[in-house]
Amino acid sequence: MKEPTGYEKLGYVPEIAHVLKAVPMTEQEIFLDLRLPGKTELGHAPGQFVQVSLMGIGEVPISICSSPTRGDTFQLCIREAGTVTHGLHRIARYAQLGIRGPFGKGFPLAELFGRDLVLVAGGLGIAPLRSLITYILDRREDFGRLIVIYGGKNPRTLLFKEDLADWDKRSDVELIVTVDRGDETWQGRTGVATEPLAELDLQAVNTRAVVIGPPVLYRFAAMALFEHGLTPETIFFSLERNFHCGIGKCGHCQLNDLYVCQDGPVFRLARLLDRIEAVEAWAPEEDQDR
Amino acid sequence: MDSHRINQLTHQRINQSRRDTDMKIVAIDKKDWEKGLDRLREAYRLIGPVKEDRYHYFRELPQGQAPDFDFFNTRISAKEIVYPQSEDLFEYTLDETKEDYHLLKEVEKDYSPKAVLGIRPCDAKAVELVKLNFDTDDYKDPYWLRAWEATTFVGLACDSPCSTCFCTTAGCGPYHEEGLDVLLADDGDRYVAKVLTEKGENFMKAAGWTEGAEAEARFESGKSAAEEKIVSTVSTEKLRSADTLALHGNEEMWEDISFSCINCGTCTFVCPTCWCFDIQDEVHGKQGRRMRNWDSCMFPIFTVHTTGHNPRGTKLQRVRQRFMHKLKYFVDKYDAGIMCVGCGRCVQQCPVNIDIRRVCDLMDRYGATDACAVEG
Repeated sequence: MKEPTGYEKLGYVPEIAHVLKAVPMTEQEIFLDLRLPGKTELGHAPGQFVQVSLMGIGEVPISICSSPTRGDTFQLCIREAGTVTHGLHRIARYAQLGIRGPFGKGFPLAELFGRDLVLVAGGLGIAPLRSLITYILDRREDFGRLIVIYGGKNPRTLLFKEDLADWDKRSDVELIVTVDRGDETWQGRTGVATEPLAELDLQAVNTRAVVIGPPVLYRFAAMALFEHGLTPETIFFSLERNFHCGIGKCGHCQLNDLYVCQDGPVFRLARLLDRIEAVEAWAPEEDQDR
Repeated sequence: MDSHRINQLTHQRINQSRRDTDMKIVAIDKKDWEKGLDRLREAYRLIGPVKEDRYHYFRELPQGQAPDFDFFNTRISAKEIVYPQSEDLFEYTLDETKEDYHLLKEVEKDYSPKAVLGIRPCDAKAVELVKLNFDTDDYKDPYWLRAWEATTFVGLACDSPCSTCFCTTAGCGPYHEEGLDVLLADDGDRYVAKVLTEKGENFMKAAGWTEGAEAEARFESGKSAAEEKIVSTVSTEKLRSADTLALHGNEEMWEDISFSCINCGTCTFVCPTCWCFDIQDEVHGKQGRRMRNWDSCMFPIFTVHTTGHNPRGTKLQRVRQRFMHKLKYFVDKYDAGIMCVGCGRCVQQCPVNIDIRRVCDLMDRYGATDACAVEG
């Protein structure tokens, strides 16, 4: 490829990545393990995302679900939703795809160091959160309590089951998995993720919370965390938006004066409260597409 | 930000670009106009207003065609000269037998010097506003910037503004120089040209237009005469101090403003300062290309998430976003006035008569009533 000159960072040009593993996780999600040939690592921070290209179809933003502490590959968990992800679900081992990124600002690691952590994920939110959980486990002594609450629709939709089993065994992880509706095999909790969140015993002053989930989770998780004495300063949300360029140009992810792709996707809640469109989006879905 | 501050900023920018050149005025006899254009064609691709059917559009001017300066303004803004409506970025082959299968190759584009003749001062200033988005410290958009660097902006002062023009209160004006390399004014049997930058100086040299003229008075009097003709205004002084949450939260006002909107996207399409785009792949046979196309925040799918959730799912939300971006978020973020130059295209072309002048005035009422408090 011709190297364009004069501009240091050319954000639109994807690099070719090789698919080392492509494993279906659920009916809806596939797990990809990828490597950039000629490069030792992607160079990402937990919470960042990449733009994944399938030539001839298009590009989609996908959050990175692996930690930079784990070697020279990186991993994505992709839900089949549109044409590109449909193609990605049919990608074979050794195939190639395009990667741009990593983009955005990830979790505030410096602020999380030494603190008790409450990490809450709903549904596919566990994918970006896994990058943070894995990072913390690899530097476990640098952090305080690690509480992970993960809510899914039903047992069949739960992601990263091996990781869940692994975290469940560890005495230094307090893992709570809950599903909206169990089935005949399910022996765990049922109910929404905010219920176990309300039951926690927390030292609010030394605790930081991270929430990633469907819109409705943000509102109720924030309410539960406020009850525990956490504040908009100590709660972080990772937002979903319709990212197209990833480099703060195309306008799709604009939130007031911010571009979520560059200024986020992880935000301190205090930063969102006066950007009301973000808060508004957490209302139950009604009045859509009028 | 008040208009004084806007003027200050404007002058700073103009002065910066003028650093290396003594501003001078050159006279161009209209008899020498076409000859000069021919000389220019040796070094530049020329673009100018051309009448097609009822309206003027910017088009490349082949040999023998002069720009048609008998116009108010072009139907579509000049933003497409730097930032085409649809622009190929990469091409690739899907043929697995080819060695470069799936490799994105940059599409060769013509970044040779081009000059746009007869761009109105409002459109030229708009390019400077759009540049704030494409030329940032984090990422310099290579395509936009290369095209911008290759372009010389030769403006034509507006002596007969439209009834929908409100540039003088939108941080711009009929003789505004920001973003221009040369400013032309019609002076009977000649044009007078104010050479504003080094780029402009090179352009004038290439044309062979070098005869100096004492025509400062023409610019002064023309400016005040033209400004007087612009009767339509917007109030922007208090936008900066307006409370974002209060503005955003006035559903009644937004319901009233957005009621008739049909989400056609015309306003964003004709707007010289709207910069949003989409990235799409298109395939013909085994040949693929990736392009970017203008997009519009007026369309519901602009913000829809993979899950189907849409943070801006209602018409009210989308109309509010467009005006809040132009008249509040942009004002707060860049400290460079409003994201509008008062060209009036959206006012003229909106099929349901939504008028940014009215919206701007409504929004401005939300600001502090004490102007001193705003600055403090």
